[in-house]
Amino acid sequence: MSELTRLSAADLSAELSAGNVSAVEAAQAHLDRIAAVDGAVHAFLHVNPEVTLAQAAEVDRKRAAGEQLGALAGVPIAVKDVLVTKDMPATSGSKILEGYVSPFDATPVALAKAAGLVPLGKTNMDEFAMGSSTEHSAYGPTHNPWDLDRIPGGSGGGSAAAVAAYEAPLAFGSDTGGSIRQPAHVTGTVGVKPTYGAVSRYGSIALASSLDQVGPVSRTVLDAALLQDVIAGHDPNDSTSLNESWPSMAEAVRGADLTGLKIGVIRELDGDGFQAGVRQRYREALDLLASNGAEIVEVSAPNFQYSIAAYYLIMPAEASSNLAKFDSVRFGLRQAPAGGGTVEQVMAATREAGFGPEVKRRVILGTYALSAGYYDAYYGSAQKVRTLVQQDFANAFEQVDVLVSPTAPTTAFKLGEKLDDPMAMYLNDIATIPANLAGVPGMSLPIGLAPEDGLPVGIQFLAPARQDARLYNVGGALESLLVDRWGGPLLAQAPELAVSTQEGTR
Amino acid sequence: MAKAALMDYDRALELFEPVIGLEVHVELNTKTKMFSSSPNSFGREPNTGLAPLDLGLPGTLPVVNGEAVKYSISLGLALGCSIAESSRFARKNYFYPDLGKNYQISQYDEPIAYEGEVEIELANGRVFQIPIERAHMEEDAGKLTHMGGATGRIQGAEYSLVDYNRAGVPLVEIVTKPIYGTEGDAPEVAKTYVQTIRDIVIALGISDARMEHGNIRCDANVSLRPRGAEQLGTRTETKNVNSFRSIERAVRYEIQRQAQILADGGAITQETRHWHEDTGATSAGRPKSDADDYRYFPEPDLLPVQPSAELIAELRAALPEPPAARRRRLKAEWGFTDLEFQDVANGGLLTEVALTVEAGASPAAARKWWTGELTRLANAAGRETADLATPAQVAELAALVEAGTLTDRLARQVLEGVVAGEGSPQQIVDARGLAVVSDDGALIAAIDAALAQQPDVLEKIRDGKVQAAGAVIGAVMKAMQGKADAARVRELVIERAAAE
Repeated sequence: MSELTRLSAADLSAELSAGNVSAVEAAQAHLDRIAAVDGAVHAFLHVNPEVTLAQAAEVDRKRAAGEQLGALAGVPIAVKDVLVTKDMPATSGSKILEGYVSPFDATPVALAKAAGLVPLGKTNMDEFAMGSSTEHSAYGPTHNPWDLDRIPGGSGGGSAAAVAAYEAPLAFGSDTGGSIRQPAHVTGTVGVKPTYGAVSRYGSIALASSLDQVGPVSRTVLDAALLQDVIAGHDPNDSTSLNESWPSMAEAVRGADLTGLKIGVIRELDGDGFQAGVRQRYREALDLLASNGAEIVEVSAPNFQYSIAAYYLIMPAEASSNLAKFDSVRFGLRQAPAGGGTVEQVMAATREAGFGPEVKRRVILGTYALSAGYYDAYYGSAQKVRTLVQQDFANAFEQVDVLVSPTAPTTAFKLGEKLDDPMAMYLNDIATIPANLAGVPGMSLPIGLAPEDGLPVGIQFLAPARQDARLYNVGGALESLLVDRWGGPLLAQAPELAVSTQEGTR
Repeated sequence: MAKAALMDYDRALELFEPVIGLEVHVELNTKTKMFSSSPNSFGREPNTGLAPLDLGLPGTLPVVNGEAVKYSISLGLALGCSIAESSRFARKNYFYPDLGKNYQISQYDEPIAYEGEVEIELANGRVFQIPIERAHMEEDAGKLTHMGGATGRIQGAEYSLVDYNRAGVPLVEIVTKPIYGTEGDAPEVAKTYVQTIRDIVIALGISDARMEHGNIRCDANVSLRPRGAEQLGTRTETKNVNSFRSIERAVRYEIQRQAQILADGGAITQETRHWHEDTGATSAGRPKSDADDYRYFPEPDLLPVQPSAELIAELRAALPEPPAARRRRLKAEWGFTDLEFQDVANGGLLTEVALTVEAGASPAAARKWWTGELTRLANAAGRETADLATPAQVAELAALVEAGTLTDRLARQVLEGVVAGEGSPQQIVDARGLAVVSDDGALIAAIDAALAQQPDVLEKIRDGKVQAAGAVIGAVMKAMQGKADAARVRELVIERAAAE
C-alpha cells in the first residue's frame, strides 16, 4: 500500500502544498487502493478514474500557476451516494435511481470541488439512508474493514469503510438518526453531524428534511474539522441553512484544551442494553478526560427514552412525502405493468419494483402516521416528544458544556444478524437519534477496542446548537490523549486487508 | 351532456334558501415562481425554462419568493384580513403527475391572512358584505393534456402530455365563509364577488388577471336548505368556472338542479361538479368525501413566514382605495346615468373603463367601446370581454377616432384586429390601411366621379334640398371603402354647390 493513502488529510495537504506530491499522484494512489481492496470491502458504488484524475490535474495546474488554493486542495474525498453530482451518478443506494445523473452538484460537493478537493467516487449506503448496516443497499452490502463478515454501520457504511480501509482520507456522510456517527463507531473512524442547518442540504437526496444533516467522515478529528470548515455556511438554495459566521473548527482542534470543561454524562444512555466492552472503554475514556482537567458530572435527560418512538414516526412521515417524487414520470426507473396501464398503475409498478423492503416499510409507516384521524396521535405526539427532547438538551446544557455517551450500544454485528429484526436494527440508533430530533451537533470518535471481540468502540460528544467548535475541542483533546496512550491511531491495529491481485487502475 | 331536471328558479327560492361559498385562485404575476427561480410567464413552449425544483428532481429544495409573500400580504389586507405574525407552509400529498414532487406546497392550518370582509355591490344597487375565512399562498400545478379520448378528460384518454411551465406559479387561494341571505341574488353575488376580486388584484398590480389564461379561477360551492331549517344542506363544489357569466349560470343551475332533487325526495351527493359552457349544465365529478386524505403536514424544508410589523404597515399604507369607495368615486367622476353605470359594472368592466380613462380616453368613449363592440365580440366568441383588449389599446383607439383618423366604422374593424392580436390600433391602421382619407384632393376626385353619375344633385342643393347631398356622400363612401370622413364630404359637396 502506498504510504500516501496512510496519510491524514491534513498531512497529505501539507505534502501537496510543499510540492512533495501532486494531486494526480494522491488521487492515483487512492484509486489504486480502491482497485486493490474494494472488491472485498465494497465501499464504492461508482468510481470513474478519468474524471477524478482530470480534476486532480486541474488542481495541479492551478497550483503550478500560483493560484490561491484551499487548505485541502488536492486531497481526495469519497462522496456518499445520497449527494447528487453532475459528473457521477447518484442513486441513494436505490434501484429506482440507477444511473441517475443530476444537472447540478449538491452544495457540499460544489464547495468541496471549489476548494480543490478531488472526488474519488460515490459510496455505498442503505437505500435512501434507511438503515444501520448498509445491508439495505440495493447494490449489496459494504463490509467492515475490521472484519469483513461484519457490518460497517449505516446508512453511511460505504463512506466510513472507505476511510477505514484507506481508500479515501475523507468522505461525506449524511446523518438523519446516526448515519454518520454509528458507522464511525463500528469502523474506528471519526464522524461528525454538524448543527442542523450548518451545512446545506441542497442536493442531498432527502430522507427526512427536518433531521438530515451532511457532515464529515475522516480518520482524525482535525481532518473532520478541516472539511467542516470547507462546507459549513449559509446556502441561499436551502432555507433551513443557518446564516451564521462559523469559527474555524480546525483552530478548535489545534487549540484543544480540557481545562475547566464541564462534561455531562447522560444517565439514560448507559447501562442495560449496552455491551460490556463498550461500557468499559467508555468508562476509561471518561476517566482519561477527568484526569486531564475536565469535570465530569451526571445529567439526566428523561425524555430520551421516547426518542426512538418519536423518530420512527417523524422520519418515515417526512420520508413518505420526500420519496413520492420517485414515480417514473420524469426520471429514474420506469416499470410498466404487463399490457400497459394508467399512470397510477405505472407509478405503483415502478415503486413496487424500484424500492426495497425497508423503504416500503417506512413509506407505509409514514403514510399511516400522517393519515387523517391518526395524525394527532402519531405525528402530532411525536412532535411533542421532539419538543421535550429539545427541553432535555436545554436543561442539560445549562449545567454542562458538552454531553457524552457511547455512540452505539454494541460493536459491529455480523452481516445478516439483524436483517430480519427491524426493531433490533432501529435500537442501534438509541444514542444518536436525540441529537437529530433537537438539531444539536454530535461527534463520534474511536476510544479503543472492546476486549470481548476486538472491535472498535466510539464515544459520542454532543454540544448545543451552533457550538460545533466545542465538539472539536473536546474530541481533539481526547483523541490526542488516546493516540499517546496507544502509541498511534487505533486504525493501525486493524488487520491488513488482503490486496486483490487485480492490477490497479493506472 | 344531458341536463338534469331543473326546478323553476323562483319556485326553488320559495322552497329553499341557497347558501354559497366561493374559492378563488389568483395567479400572481411575480417575475419568478413561488419556490424556484424559473420564470413565471405564460405562453412559453411547453417544458422550457424550468428549474430542477419544478420537475421535483432529487436533492432540490424550495425557497420562498419574497415578492409573492408581499403580494399575498397586500391582497390579504385589501380583503380586510388580519395578517398572521407567523404562518407556515404545509405539504398536500397526492400522486398525480401535475406536480413533480407529488405534493403541493400550500398553507393549511396557518394561512398568511384570515378573517376578512369584502363589500360588493350588485348592478341593481344591492350591497353585500362577503365574509372571508382565509387567503393562503400555494403553488400552481402543471397542465395535463389528455390525448386520444373523446372527452379530453383523463378517462378514456390514450396518453397524457404534461407541461410543467405552470407548476410552481404563485397562487393565492381566497376562501369565503358560507354566504347567507343572498336569496335570488346568489348567482349575481357569486359573479360580482369574483369581479370585485379581479378589480382588487388589478388595482394592486399583483396579477395579470386574465380569466382565459386561468389567472383567476373560481370554485363555487352551493347548498340549499329548506325554508326554516337551521342545518346547512349538502353542498356541491363546481370546479374551475372560468368566466363571470359562467359563474352566474353555474350557481343558478345548481340551485335549480338541487331544488328539483330535494323536492323529489332525493339527496344531494357531496361531490365536485364540472361546468360545461356549451350545454350550460354541470356534471358529476369525483365524490368529495372524507376519503380525500392529503396527509397535510408542516413543510419541513421551509421556515415559518414571519413578516415584520413594519412591512405590513408599509404594504397597508400603499393599498389602493377599497372597491366600494372606488365605485362611488368613479360613478361621480364619470357622470354616467344609473343605467350606463350598471351596464359597466354588470359586465365586470369597471376596472377596464377606469384604466382606459386613465390612459386618456373620455369616460363616454371608454364605456362605449367596452360595453358595446368589445362585449359584442366577446359574446360572439364566448370569451371574457376584459380579455379581448387592454385599456391602453382601447384608449388609443378612442384617440384615433377623436382625432378623426378613424370613423366609428373603421374603428370597429381596427378593434377586430386588436382582438385578433394584430398589434396596437395604430399598427393595425397602418398595416390594414384603414385611416380616414383626409386629403381633400382625393375626396374631391371621388365627388367629381359621383357627380358625373348624378348631375342633378348640385341643382337640388341649391334649391334648398340639402339632403340630396346624401346620395353623393354614400357614393363617395362606397368608392373609398368607408375610409372617408362623411362630414367633410358633406362640407365639400355643399361648398361645390354654392360655388357653381
